[in-house]
Formats: sequence, structure tokens, C-alpha cells
Amino acid sequence: MSDHNAALPGYLRAHEDPPWVRWTLVGLTVAVMMFLVVIPLALVFVNAFSPGLAVYWDNLANDPDTLHSIKLTLMVTPVAVALNLVFGLAAAWAIARFRFPGRAFLTALIDLPFTVSPVVVGLFLLLLFGLQGYFGPWLREHDVRIVFAYPGLVLATIFVTFPVIARELIPLMEALGADEEIAAVSLGARGWQLFRMITLPNVKWGLLYGVILCNARAMGEFGAVFVVSGHIAGRTDTMPLRVEKLFQEYNMPGAFALSSVLAMLALVTLLVKTTLEWRTRRDLAAAAIEKDVTGQP
Amino acid sequence: MSITVSHLTKRFGDFLALDDLSVEVPGNALLALLGPSGSGKTTLLRIIAGLEVADSGSVHYHDEDVTTSPVRDRNVGFVFQHYALFRHMTVFENIAFGLRVRHWPRAQVNERVRELLHLIQLDGLGESLPSQLSGGQRQRVALARALAVQPKVLLLDEPFGALDAKVRQELRQWLRRLHEQIHVTSVFVTHDQEEAFEVADRVVIMNKGRIEQAGTPQEIFEQPANPFVMDFLGNVNVFHGRVQAGRAELGSIAIDYPEYSHQESRAATAFVRSHELDIQRVRNGRPALQANVVSVNPARPVVKVRLHAEEFGVWLNVDLSWERFNELQLQAGETVYVAPRRMRVFVQDYQI
Repeated sequence: MSDHNAALPGYLRAHEDPPWVRWTLVGLTVAVMMFLVVIPLALVFVNAFSPGLAVYWDNLANDPDTLHSIKLTLMVTPVAVALNLVFGLAAAWAIARFRFPGRAFLTALIDLPFTVSPVVVGLFLLLLFGLQGYFGPWLREHDVRIVFAYPGLVLATIFVTFPVIARELIPLMEALGADEEIAAVSLGARGWQLFRMITLPNVKWGLLYGVILCNARAMGEFGAVFVVSGHIAGRTDTMPLRVEKLFQEYNMPGAFALSSVLAMLALVTLLVKTTLEWRTRRDLAAAAIEKDVTGQP
Repeated sequence: MSITVSHLTKRFGDFLALDDLSVEVPGNALLALLGPSGSGKTTLLRIIAGLEVADSGSVHYHDEDVTTSPVRDRNVGFVFQHYALFRHMTVFENIAFGLRVRHWPRAQVNERVRELLHLIQLDGLGESLPSQLSGGQRQRVALARALAVQPKVLLLDEPFGALDAKVRQELRQWLRRLHEQIHVTSVFVTHDQEEAFEVADRVVIMNKGRIEQAGTPQEIFEQPANPFVMDFLGNVNVFHGRVQAGRAELGSIAIDYPEYSHQESRAATAFVRSHELDIQRVRNGRPALQANVVSVNPARPVVKVRLHAEEFGVWLNVDLSWERFNELQLQAGETVYVAPRRMRVFVQDYQI
């Protein structure tokens, strides 16, 4: 029937909204995207490059604090992502494969960092690890610095981004089911073999997608890191914090130059993410077809 | 390798899946666990495999107690209803999996997999992915994968459940022939009595976590142990009546029943298979019920006639041979007499 209708352009199809509704909604979406995303992003690049390439380069390469912020971000992000990778896999495995009391609660709890304001997360870390905090005296006695130092930045970043990978894996692993893993165990596979030969290959695209997304969020994290870093230039300023500081100091070319680096990272992430998303969807579709063929519910 | 299961009990919450069940699978047998859904047959199979742990009881492979050993150490071949093939691996790698995790040398793996591909008649499809195969082909790959490691026992959970009728039929006969070639002790679960009787050389009929009857297909068909078995085998007509002093009275049919000689009258149920009823146009002195022909369905290989005996309010299904049908020339609406050639009467002593 729908094929028949499609062959008659101009006829109103029964299940579709009238054209004016469609065009209004499409127009509205495009307009909002233009004003809020495309134009600002373009302006970042325009402003960054308008003083000339030499100035752009000078702002990035010859400002030691900016250079340090790039280095710091590159040091914090991989550690946070790697730890979240381990955590995400463990959490997804636990939730998708085991039935235990409090499972639903744990699933909801994983989302908490997405719903809580990052600033609150930062304050919470201060309360725990700050000088006047809960562990503060003990930490000072043992000469361990967490707040206003590298460990604090990593902790804050982990906290804010930890749902990303788990969120990506849980639905994927639930859709794939445990059948293949049970089959592998019945064939004699042991824990590590099972993970390496069966589970990992089945979730690899979803996992990589989660890592990319987690990486993007970790690099751009501002609120929580702002609170725990103490924003000491050249010591605890990450790239987003440095951008803010340059802006506050009326160093527009510097702020935009560094922003453009973050924006470029975001664009690359988007590209990789879209590719991976497509592959994950293909895996999910394959799982669905498999179930269809075998008549599983 | 025989399998001995003794006094297994398994509960899932309040549900009693297995109730003090014992069964013996003779070495090299092909045994079917047959029963309605919820009868515990899959649970029993999974406990034999080690995929499920019983609350009490024991499982022995020959004289080795495997009750507490995990599935990966039992060396069983398990075939899942939905195949559970590794979707990202080729057919070849699927079959090779059990050998790879056992660290077989490459050359031996190649040789063994080729051998199995030949056995399942899929030579040349080794490089395909499971998604490129038909359902029947996938199930054969699953079987080859299970057989690759030369398991002590082969366990199949509704192996043909997800396939369409024609493929099912082919695969059943193929499995029967395969078993004649490889002689590994095999247990398969099914809810399809035709499948169990066609493929297995021993059938165990289960109901509510217990065994109703175990034996060869012929034994079970010829001497059903109880009403449940009779009813489950299907194609039967059920008559309710009473027994007393060596006679059974079921409506207007009265027959000798020497097994019950007491004076006390008891409720009884009689079962007559559809092909054990004959239709006559006139009463000839044999016990018979008067009935109206409701419909005539000339199916192959028999003609299925449905009748209604108004007097007793029972519906009857009769399978007539084509010869007999051509003799009688039955039409819907006619009044005829239905006579059982053979009846099985069960006294309901245990239901009081």
C-alpha cells in the first residue's frame, strides 16, 4: 500500500502530518541548530584565525600556561577514560548478566552523575578530600594531595563521565544476550578466554563508541574540575579552565585559539562517533535478525 | 558412557521443577525427554550438562560423580534451541572454538574441523558467517561445534524447535543417522511426541518434575502406563465411566475388565485411539455408541471423521482407512455406530 502511495507524489498519505506541520518543525529545528551550534562553532574558528595564523600559533605555542593546560588535559583524560573503561565493562557485565537484589537501583544510580550538577560533584570532592574535609587531616599527615592537584582533576573527571561507557554497553549486552557466552562455557572456555574471544568482539564497536564519547566529555569537563582544581595557572588549569581564564583576562585571541583546539577535537570526535554509531547499530540489527530467525521473543 | 541421575530435586522459588527424579540413560543410547512445557525436561537436561545446579540429588557419567563439577570441566556437547552460534566467527571458527580453548595444535584443528564440516554436509561453507546460513544449516553447525571436542555425552535442548516443518523432518532423520555413525550417548528434549518417537531409541515422558513412563517408543505406545501418558500421546478419545466386579461400563459400552474385581464401584477413564474405533452402519451386537457424523476430513493417510454421540454428550474422532471409508461412503449428518476395537481403562484410585 505504502509503495502505491509513494508512487503518487502530492497525495496526502494518511499516516503523515500535513506539509505545513512538517516544514515548520524541520525549519524550527534547523534554525535552532544554526543559531545555537553551527554559527557559534563557525565564529570560534573565525575569531581564532582572524588575527592571522602567526598570532594563532603564537597564542598556542608560546604561552607556557596554555601549553601546560593542553598537556594537563592530555594527561588527565586518558587516565580517566581508561579507568572508566574498566568500570564501564564491570558495571555493564554485572547489570546485563546477573540478577541480584538492588539491580534496578544500581542501574539508576549509574546515571546519577548525569543528573547532578558537576559543580556539586566538585564540592562533594572538596568535602571529602579538602583540607577541612572528611579525609583531609589524614591526607595531610601522609602528605597526599588530592584536591588542587592532579589526582583531584582525575577523580572529578571520572565521576562526571563514568556513566558514559556503562550506558553504552548495558543495552548492547542485554540485546545480545548471554547465549553465546553460555555456549562458550559449555565448550570449555574459561573467564579470560570467554571475555577475549566472545564478549569483547561482540561489543567492540559499542565499547569504542563509549570510549570516544567518554573522551570527549572528559576533555571538555568544566564544572567539577573548576571546583577541585583551584585553577592555578600553569599547575591545575585544564584546557576548558584555561579558556575561561584567558577570556576573563580579555585575551580574546588566546581564548579563541585554545577554544578552536577544543572545537576541532569535538568535530573529530563527532566524525568518529558517527562512524562507530553506524557500526554498533549494524551489530544490534544483526542481533535482532538473529533473534527473528530463531524465533526468540 | 551411561548417565545416571538419582533423586534430583530442583526448585525455582515456589515452583518445583524436578521432584526427586531418577533416570538412567544407557551408554550409546539416543534418549528423548518428552513432556509438556513446565514439565522440567529442560531443567533436567541443563542439570545433566552442568548449566544448572540441583538442590539435591546426584549426576554420574558412567561411574564418575559429576554432580558438583562445572560445565566447562564435564566435556559435554550442548546444542541450544536457538543455536547460540558465535556471530562474529566463521563457521570454521565456530566449530574450532572448543579445540582452540583446549590449545590443540593448528594442523589438528584444521583436520578435525574439515572432518566435521564433511560430517554435517557443509564442506565449502567453512568461511561463511552464521548469519549467511539457513536455520537448518545453523543447527548443524551448532551440532558440529558441540561434537568437535569429542564429548562424553551430547545434550540437545529442543534442537529442532525453531525450524520449519520440512527442515525439522529432514534434520530428525539426519540426527538419527548421525547417531548411528558416532554412537555418543545423547539426550534431547522435545515437546513433540512424533519427534521423540521417530528419533529416539528410548523415551522418557515427564510431567510436573516427575517421570510418568520410560521405555522404548514401542513399549510406551503399546502399553501407556497411565492416563497422562495416554492423553499426552494424543489422538485419543476419552470415555468416563465406572468399573465394578470385573466389568467396565462406559456409557452404553460395557466390557470385561478383569484387572478390577472388587465389588465397590469406582470411577474410571477409558482411552481409545482414533484408529482403534470402527464405524458401522448397523448394530452388529458388538458394544457400540450411536453417533452422528459431524464432519468428514479426507486427510492423508487416513480419513478423519468427527462424530457426536448425543446420548452421552461426547465428541469422537475416528481415523478410518481409505478402504474402509470408500466402503462406508459416510456423509455428514448420518447416524452410525462407533465400536472400539481396543480400549485402555484406568481406574482413578489415586485421584480420590
